[in-house]
Amino acid sequence: MNFFELFNYWVVMLLMMTGLYILIAHGNFVKKIIGLSIFQTSLYIFYISMAKVTGAIAPIIQQGVELYSNPLPHVLILTAIVVGISTTALALALVIRIKQAYGTIEEDEIQAMDEEP
Amino acid sequence: MFAIVRMHDLFAIVMLLSIYGFLCASFFMVMDAVDVAFTEAAVGIGISTLLLLSALTLTGRFEKKQRHKPLLAVFSVAITASLLIYGTLQMPPFGSAYAPAHQHIATHYITQSLGETGIINIVTSVLASYRGYDTLGELIVIFTAGMGVLVLLRGATSPAKDSEGKSKRVTSKQPVPMKQHAILRIVSKMLIPLILLFALYVQFHADFGPGGGFQAGVIFASVIILYVMIFGLRATQKTISLAWLEFLSALGVLIFGSVGLLSLLFGENFLDYNMLSSDPVQAQHLGIFVVEIGVGITVAATIILIFMTFTGRMADRGGQQ
Repeated sequence: MNFFELFNYWVVMLLMMTGLYILIAHGNFVKKIIGLSIFQTSLYIFYISMAKVTGAIAPIIQQGVELYSNPLPHVLILTAIVVGISTTALALALVIRIKQAYGTIEEDEIQAMDEEP
Repeated sequence: MFAIVRMHDLFAIVMLLSIYGFLCASFFMVMDAVDVAFTEAAVGIGISTLLLLSALTLTGRFEKKQRHKPLLAVFSVAITASLLIYGTLQMPPFGSAYAPAHQHIATHYITQSLGETGIINIVTSVLASYRGYDTLGELIVIFTAGMGVLVLLRGATSPAKDSEGKSKRVTSKQPVPMKQHAILRIVSKMLIPLILLFALYVQFHADFGPGGGFQAGVIFASVIILYVMIFGLRATQKTISLAWLEFLSALGVLIFGSVGLLSLLFGENFLDYNMLSSDPVQAQHLGIFVVEIGVGITVAATIILIFMTFTGRMADRGGQQ
């Protein structure tokens, strides 16, 4: 098995784990959202790199070309990007409301406040 | 990339994220996904950076230092990573034309879509016709997210304003930002019509090249956002009011959905465009065109709406302090 044949999956995995780590280990909500969006982007890269066929061209039909990259993942990710940005916006709006209600966006401080009564 | 994990200055992190978005867009270009690269370029570099920045102005720039050691997180991440690596060992090699993902329905799209829809760009025909149902669902998600932002950020401020007895949004004197930056103002004045034209080109050129409602929507939205940043929110709201944007973002979903219902009325399946004209290819073409317009309107209006709500919030805060 060739190392470079699976290289794209490992890059994706590395990015995904970076996102996951930020999500778990950091207490700041904005940073958590950033981690989530890195996680999300790694999935985009995963799909798009799966769609690539060596020697193929972009899926726009031309005369005399037989080999195209797979259009289906492109469609899925195209919509996913726009959906992703709107859900990120929703999350940021929630964070802003949390800031307004608690005065902080650090996870542990909010927990401390909730436990106080 | 890993600087993002370590740094505590969120502003710098957002800037790095923008560079990362640009790299992603270039990568998608190399991977033949031109439509996706378009969208990521507008969303990843422009809009997400701006939204994060405006959220930062409202929540504070610096992250607090961690008090506990993130050993548990490292541990769980390592386990997940090793499982994923184990999973990739069975994956088809990169670039292989024989991967399972390319076998099932993708071949049908590639070989048949030109004959069935008459559209050169396969991505467009799959998006708007074969998987129209999906796209409608996603459009509704976007619309709902936009409404959610509105409810969260605007609905919450109004009771507070009522108790103070006056509306901050109207009374607060927001100085026009960037008044001193003559170069920015003049250059953007020249650029804005050109980018608008480009967005429309992307919208209507979807049949022949990379483009479509999603891409055009985000490009269109980014122009308006540029205008808001340079000339201020109030100048923009003279032209495009929030009520109009709300109406437009619903209108797009309505257009999409009513095309689907129209085909139901004619006894076809939901979102089957064949009844729109006597010639099925022509009908598909028309259906895709209308649906893409619906998508474009909703995406553009929702994203502008989200951005304006964020900036409106900032202006409110500026007025109170």
